[in-house]
This record gives sequence, structure tokens and C-alpha cells, in this order.
Amino acid sequence: MTKGKIVGLEGSFAVAEAVRMANADVIAAYPITPQTHIVERLSEMVADGDLDADFICVESEHSAMSACVGASAAGARVFTCSAGQGLELMHEVLYIPSSMRLPVVAVAANRALSAPLSVWCDHSDVMALRDISWIQMFAENNQQAFDLTTCAYRIAEDKDVLFPTMVHIDGFYLSHVIEDMVLPEEEEVAGFIPDYEHPFVLDPDKPVSMGCYGPPFIYPETKKAQDVAFDNTRPKIQEIWDEFGEIFGRHYSPVESYKMDGARIALLTMGSCSETAMLAVDELREAGIDVGLIRLRLWRPFPFKELREAVKQLDLLVVLDRAISFGMGGPVCSELKSALYNKREDLKIVGFIAGLGGRDIQISEFKYMVTQAQEKVKAIERGEEVETEIIGVREGGGR
Amino acid sequence: MEKEEDLFVPRQVTTEENFAPGHRACIGCGEALAVRYVCKALGKNVIIVTATGCIEIFSSLLPQTSWQMAWIHTLFENVAAVMSGIESAYKVRVRKGKIPDKNVKFVGFGGDGATTDIGIQALSGAMERGHDFLYVCYDNEAYMNTGIQRSSSTPYGAWTTTAPVGKKSSIGQVTWKKNMPEIAVAHNIPYVATASPSYPLDLMAKVKRGAEMDGPAYIHILSVCPTGWRSPTDITIELGRLAVETGVFPLYEVIDGEYNLSVDLPDLKPVTEYLKKQGRFKHLNDDTIATIQTRVEEDYVKLREKAGVK
Repeated sequence: MTKGKIVGLEGSFAVAEAVRMANADVIAAYPITPQTHIVERLSEMVADGDLDADFICVESEHSAMSACVGASAAGARVFTCSAGQGLELMHEVLYIPSSMRLPVVAVAANRALSAPLSVWCDHSDVMALRDISWIQMFAENNQQAFDLTTCAYRIAEDKDVLFPTMVHIDGFYLSHVIEDMVLPEEEEVAGFIPDYEHPFVLDPDKPVSMGCYGPPFIYPETKKAQDVAFDNTRPKIQEIWDEFGEIFGRHYSPVESYKMDGARIALLTMGSCSETAMLAVDELREAGIDVGLIRLRLWRPFPFKELREAVKQLDLLVVLDRAISFGMGGPVCSELKSALYNKREDLKIVGFIAGLGGRDIQISEFKYMVTQAQEKVKAIERGEEVETEIIGVREGGGR
Repeated sequence: MEKEEDLFVPRQVTTEENFAPGHRACIGCGEALAVRYVCKALGKNVIIVTATGCIEIFSSLLPQTSWQMAWIHTLFENVAAVMSGIESAYKVRVRKGKIPDKNVKFVGFGGDGATTDIGIQALSGAMERGHDFLYVCYDNEAYMNTGIQRSSSTPYGAWTTTAPVGKKSSIGQVTWKKNMPEIAVAHNIPYVATASPSYPLDLMAKVKRGAEMDGPAYIHILSVCPTGWRSPTDITIELGRLAVETGVFPLYEVIDGEYNLSVDLPDLKPVTEYLKKQGRFKHLNDDTIATIQTRVEEDYVKLREKAGVK
């Protein structure tokens, strides 16, 4: 089993350690709360000579991702991180490394979107990135932030993958919280992420043209090729997570469960609030309710097969969204319904929205969701219209 | 000291075409000519980044390419940022012993829109950070690729599709051309120059100097666009020369802050000689032309003062 030491680290520092151990060549980032501790720590590492990288202090997130694209196209191992508005400003560029098959690795410290201005956590920024063709995964704690960032390099740079990869850590909940975690030996990590050579880099000795113009006679072929290649990354992601598990003793899967034995009801969450949901499941189980928890680890490419397997025994799936798709409800809930439609027509899916803009989600609220969802099922069976409920919000004028 | 480009010896120029013919530029395109000369001067030991615009449309239609060198295009406004990443990657990989140092040059291309409007932030950032690269702006004075819309580099009085000549009193573009070379100079970078494909040896010499310079270099090339300027396709070279000879587009270099006029003209030709050959200025009345004449002369005097020429 793995060596390593138990340390107390902030989530941001855990990410920075992963980037240092990956021996990244170029980091380009622009500061934005709550991502700042990551870039500050990386800057220190470069200044102290602990990481031999160029830190390009760019003038915007748009340029951060553009510089990563350039550096990756020139063969460097790269890193950037952002959050909220920063990801929005970066948005145009995010489609480039995925379309051009450049293994950029990024961490998002998830944050709400303006207006009103909020620097606190929710998943509005994530939901705006659903179609960028990046491999995207969620961490629930600082250990996972480290592990998944480490795995992100292996996954992105795999010759059968070559897609950019993004690890989502919840802003403040992980980025600014110190937890104990195992920091592995550097040699072990170096062995897990060896040096890589991209098959087609910008090299004057072997000139290639990258990013050509694609009129209608060829554009659809390029996009289908991208879609097929992206879909085909699924087995490789699991394979790499399995290898990581063998070496480091921590195992990851696209869909993970908690206390699902005999469960007829399950909560479904993504990110840091999963640990709160586990406590709620513990209490509900003690109260005799057959409830478990499903956590989506892999967000893109969407793990259809594993999800369908996970819900096989269920009568009711209760989905938490930390974002609103205005006029549509909870985006994760919508996607789950679409993933399960035609597969499990007897399964009821009820969505809740909570935790917007950094509002904490309490154990009691998860318990409310499970109880209330069962009431909603009765309403559905009576033929009533049941839409997504936003909970934990003051009503009637408030204070 | 006599400079290489003062000796008119075209045979010094390589016959090798690093920017291959067969591309889809319009007839008489000054930009294609400029790019061809720049690429001749650069040679092949270079990585090129271009912005979205005519250049990438006419040179890189999948699965064909005119670029005989390592080339990348991604977006419209991010050439200097992509370039920053490439230059950093190269430096780090050399430092870490992953690749040998072959003294590769890094060159960005952008049109006037990509340079003076949407991409100016990324360019300013890259110049401020001091990356070792050459940025070439080929300025055809409007968004030609999308159909002749005005940019901040469109000259006063020019017709464009978004600065039209209306039925009410209207002269087309009502603002003065943004002085991008001066903005580059204000970044205290070691090399800034203006150039024109109508002066090919001067252009190529500047490209070589800019590329050899340690740190950021900026070259602003006036690229005649017959399609957008509404000018005959066979007078592109002549128009480029007239732009210089009238003082509308003076050729100069600023090396470490020192100004030098590349072509000094004690007596400027009247601007009408330049304006009257272009459909985009055909609506201008004598008063507006006089306004332009005055402004061109004032600017030229200021430039000569900076160059220490009386």
C-alpha cells in the first residue's frame, strides 16, 4: 500500500500540491475569489524553486485559457484554475482545447454568477460549461481534490483520451477549508503521471497547421469525430481511476453510492454537500427509511450506464441542484430525467434546488427533501403537476 | 551606416515561399502580399499564431493550408495570449532539457480589428509581460472579412458598411484612426515599426530586426484592400506608396524608444492623390479633405520632431 503522510491542508493547497507533483510546465491564471489561494500557493512554489514552471500572470481569464491552449499546443503540461465569472469570461476559449484535443488541466472553485455579485459557492458556473467537451469531475473533500487533479493529468494526456479535464471543487467549502488528508510520496505520483509527448505539437521541424477553417463540407465530420472520441474516453477514465486505486488505495467511479443496500429511495448530489447528505442518510436510516445516496463523480462524459445501474432498485430518486436553469428547473435533475427516460418509466424523479450563492444546505434540509419528495410522488400519482422546489429560501418579504 | 534594405537588391530575397500560393485571397490583396513577405523574412524556424480574419479563412480551408511553417489559429482576440503560452512553453521545455534550444521565433498576426479593438487587451498584456515575440498587425482599416464594418483603425471620412454615408450630413467614419504603433511604443517595448508591402525590402528588414529583438516587437503594416477600399485591384502597390508619400501612413521605426523615419519626405504629396483613387472616400467634399490634409500634416510634423528631423 501507498506511503505518504497525513497532513492538514486547505483544498486550494491540495490542488497546488497535485500540480507541483505533476511537474507542470506552464501555469496561466488570473485571480478570482475563491480560486486565489491556488494561484497564490503555486506562485510561491515557483518563486521558491519547488516547481520549475513558468507562471504567466495574464490579464484576464480569457487570456489564461488562451495561454494554456498555446502552451499545450507547444507540448507543455499546463494548469489553470478559475471560478464563477472567470469561467464565464473564459467560456469562448474553453471549446478550443477540447476541439483541438489539447490535454489542458483546470480546476474550478465553483462559484455563483452575478447579479447580484456573489463570490460564494453554487454550481451555476458548472452548468454553463456542460457542452464544452471537457472531461469534468467533482471532488467532495480535499483528499479527492488532490487525487482527482492528479488523475486529471493522467486522463487528459492519455493517447486514447487527449481531452482537457476539469476538476470541480466547491468554492470555500473545499478551497478554503483545512482538512486532514494523505499526501502521497512524490516519486509515487511521478510514477503515476510520467512525462508525456503530445503526438502533434507546434514544432518548426515538423510543421503542422492547427485550427484550420471548416466550411460545411467538413465541419460536421470534425464534430462527429470529436463526439465519438469523447464518448470513448469513459472506459479509459475508469481504467486510470482503477490504477490510481491500486497504487494509492483510494478508489473512484463515475457514479458512487452510500448506504444503497436495500434502498428504495436515493438522494443524488454532486460536490461537497454529498458529505452532509451522508449524515442525513445516516439519520434517516436510523429512523427506518430505506434511503441511500448516489453521488455523481463524473459529470462529463455523462455516465449513463453507471447511473442506470445505480437506480435499478429505486422507486424514487431525489435530486439536488445547486443551480437554476431559469424557466426549466434544476439542470442536473433535467439531465437525469433525460438519461433515464425510456429506461425506467416507473421511477419517480423529484428535484430540489438549494445552496445557491453559498447558502449552507443543512442535514435537516436533505431530510426534508426525502420526506417532501414522497409527498410529491403522491401528488404526481394524483395527476398533479409537480415542478422543482427551491428550498431554504425566506418567503413573504422576510427580514 | 547603410542598412541592408537601402541597397535595392531583390535577389537577396529568398525565392522560397513559406506562405504558399494557391490560397483564396481576393485579387490585389495587400494583406496576402504582406504575409508572404513577412514569411519570407522569417524563414521556417518559427511558430506562427494568427487571429480569426481574412487570413485564416483564405489560407487554411480544411484540409488545405498555405502555411509551410508551424501554425496555429484559435480565436479572434487572443493571438497575443496564445503566443504567450507558446513562448513560455518553449522556454520552460528548453530549460527542463525536454527539447533542444533551436532559437525558434514566435510571431503573431492579427488584422486591425483583432489588434486595435477586440484583441488589444491580450496584446497589451503580452507586451507588458515582456514575452519574446513579434506581433504583426496587417491593417486594412476595417472588418473586411465580415463585410467592411468600421474598426477603430478605420480612417476619418472613410465609408464602411457600419459607418455609411447617409442621406443626412454624414461622412462615413467620424473618428480618427487609432494610433496603434504609439500604443505599442507606450509599452516601452524594444521594437516598434510601421511597414508596407509597397516597400518590400524595408518590410522584410523590419521583420528580421523585430524577430531578432529580445523581447516584444510590434510591426504595423498597412494592407491595401481593394474589396473594402473600393479601389482597382491593379493599383494596390501604388496605393500603398501613395499612403506613404502623402504622409497618411508614414514608415518609421522606434528602437528602444528612438524614432527613425524609414522614408523621409520633406514634401508630402496632397492627400487627395491617395483619397481620390478609392471609392470609400469618393463622397468627401473639399472641406473634409482639407480637414484630413491638416491633420495628416500636423501628425507628420510631430513624428518628424520625435525622429529629430527638422
